[in-house]
Amino acid sequence: MIEGAVTIRNKEFFPLQDIPCLPLHKFQVALSAGLAAGLFLAALPKLYGRKEKKEVIAVLRHDQRRRLYLLRTEIPSRWPSLAREFPQIAPFERELAEESGCVLQDHPQPAPLRYLPQTGTAADEAGRYIGSQSFLQAEGEEMHEVAVGPVHAGIIEPGHFRFLCHGETVFHLEIALGFQHRGIEAALRNRIPDQRMLMLMETLAGDTTIGHSLAHCQALEALAGITVPERAMDIRAIALELERIANHVGDLGAMAMDVGYAPTASFCGRLRGAFLNITAMLCGNRYGRGIVLPGGVGHDLDEDRIGTMVDQVKKHFIDVTEAATLLWNTPSVMARFEETGRLSRKQAKDLGLVGPAARACGREIDNRVDFPTGSYRHHRLPVSVWFTGDVHGRAFVRWLEIKRSVAFVLARLQDLPGREEQTSLGRLPADQCIVSLVEGWRGSICHVAVTGPEGEIRTYKVVDPSVHNWPGLALAVRGESIMDFPICNKSFNLSYCGHDL
Amino acid sequence: MIHSLLARYHQGSHTIDYPREPAPEMDARYQGRPIIDQKRCQGQECTICLDCCPGAALKREPTGLLCIDMGRCLFCGACVRQCPRHALSFSRDFRLATGRRDQLIVNGVEPPTDVRLDQLRRKLFHRSLKLRQVSAGGCNACEADTNVLGTIVYDLGRFGIGFVASPRHADGILVTGPVSINMKEALLATYKAVPEPKVVIATGACAISGGLFRGHPETLAGLDEILPVDLYVPGCPPHPMTILEGLLQLVGIAPRDLSKE
Ligand code: SF4
Ligand code: SF4
Repeated sequence: MIEGAVTIRNKEFFPLQDIPCLPLHKFQVALSAGLAAGLFLAALPKLYGRKEKKEVIAVLRHDQRRRLYLLRTEIPSRWPSLAREFPQIAPFERELAEESGCVLQDHPQPAPLRYLPQTGTAADEAGRYIGSQSFLQAEGEEMHEVAVGPVHAGIIEPGHFRFLCHGETVFHLEIALGFQHRGIEAALRNRIPDQRMLMLMETLAGDTTIGHSLAHCQALEALAGITVPERAMDIRAIALELERIANHVGDLGAMAMDVGYAPTASFCGRLRGAFLNITAMLCGNRYGRGIVLPGGVGHDLDEDRIGTMVDQVKKHFIDVTEAATLLWNTPSVMARFEETGRLSRKQAKDLGLVGPAARACGREIDNRVDFPTGSYRHHRLPVSVWFTGDVHGRAFVRWLEIKRSVAFVLARLQDLPGREEQTSLGRLPADQCIVSLVEGWRGSICHVAVTGPEGEIRTYKVVDPSVHNWPGLALAVRGESIMDFPICNKSFNLSYCGHDL
Repeated sequence: MIHSLLARYHQGSHTIDYPREPAPEMDARYQGRPIIDQKRCQGQECTICLDCCPGAALKREPTGLLCIDMGRCLFCGACVRQCPRHALSFSRDFRLATGRRDQLIVNGVEPPTDVRLDQLRRKLFHRSLKLRQVSAGGCNACEADTNVLGTIVYDLGRFGIGFVASPRHADGILVTGPVSINMKEALLATYKAVPEPKVVIATGACAISGGLFRGHPETLAGLDEILPVDLYVPGCPPHPMTILEGLLQLVGIAPRDLSKE
């Protein structure tokens, strides 16, 4: 379908040497053609471990056909940017530039994404540092800038926001991240997968522990050619949905908090913890550390535990239903939610938004349905969409997903098949490239792994859904009052550490 | 309006009565204070647990005793699973916080120790401790479990402890993450903005020792490389109860009754 591209499925590996290395021009033409035809850029990883050449692979996603397309080229010293035509590619080009040292030509926002090129850290000798890029400026009466962060007011991760305001209206928002950068991808390279690597996956974003560890383990298992017992696949899916429920419940509470509606804020604060505690019943850890292991799961469930979990989920779901219903029935809340931070379907598509943020704009995309793995191949969840694209839409899609995930978890818990057996990974095949997609609670998680001659990991690229969605937040607050920024921000609730790696 | 009142009634009260009552019981799979049965350990020649530990938290002392550095431990349980003689286990004791770094290195039999601030600060902060949280690297799970203390379940405010928006309003900082190089400057500026006398709390393996990211050139190896630390709260992430108990120890509310251990 795309000239010069290799077609694969989710979790299907392909020999690296058989991906043709296109001349830059052909690569960009093919990439543009794909994006123009409605495909999405899932990742743009630079290949490591090849001294002679600097190369890059573009991973495109075709949701309806359930296929992935790989394009490969050599990285030139000057990279002609495609971001003006295809905004979704902008963060990926910035990432590529800082990792490879190439210069972006005609990029709308050529600032570093996580660290300064070549230095790997915040500052270089010339005194430039992360967050010190030149921000867009405008002059005139009532024009002013508001700078926030990196240290924010709440218990929250660091990032720098620069608002360009006219009176109280936000004209433009620029977001500078990278403060959480801790060198995860570099620490994964040239290593045989082990416990430490798994833990680096679990800590990519603490609130998405299961999503990321699942994407990682799926990739390794597919490379090693082992199948995971059905029971373990179901336990993984239960864990993934519990993670989604806990975070969505927490988000509904946080949104209520930001419009000053105390009842739902306080109920959901507690209920989020209640669902984390159900996750802890799986493995002892509230965030799901140690549930997903390569080859299976860390702990099995016996009848007693299943019974308690079912009771707990049912009990807390009643309370969540009440807390959420209050939101929709309280006019003062709805007045703040509706029409605030609105994005159109086209904007969501152009920016390549994923997850609830995209589904709230009517985009019917969900990796659990488009690229199903494990239990999701046999048990379909409906895709939860809404059409308003505003804060209310993002809240309401979360509520729809909570309902459906609860039903899924209850059904799976009460019907766990077979016995759990752990399979060991063994050696990975040499020089293969694999893409693994999972639908985390924030949206599409994409891991790309390339092995080396010894079966070690040569390149490992992680794309957290936040990488796609941060530009969405920046666009959503345009034209809004700056007072509405917190509620817009909460309605996206993006990860800093997952973005900064 | 009536609906929110009815909901309030229906949702009931969930605040735990800790420390007047014992804390709610932890799940059987929870991994708290480590226990090492030195008699079961095969001694010098065995390195199984040392080799599998992703955090390099286990060490063998010259005496042959196995010890575990709770400041580095990620509570992953790999050592427990791998030890063929079941010498390692985790209790459900969540009281892990200490005031001194060396007290985190245990050989698995000691009860928790005392946490003490100097008299002046204990007196000042006993009834009101306001903290500025700074997140510097790490994975956000530590922040999330600190945030939880503000929910109705833990209701931190009833102890006079709370989190404030500006360092100028704070009595100290609570830091999470290994201190990424990119955050070092902002962290130091925040610390400087807190008026004297102040406290510094390191929460999580990352902040104590660099944790999983120890040795990465992009991060420091923990907070005490650059600041004096008054309270270490181990865990990856620490359970909210561990953080709460540590904070209460720090300000001298409900001190640990060590005579019973
Ligand atoms: S539980 Fe702690 S000591 Fe044991 S292997 Fe994991 S990090 Fe090391
Ligand atoms: S100590 Fe563990 S849980 Fe806390 S920030 Fe570090 S990696 Fe995350």
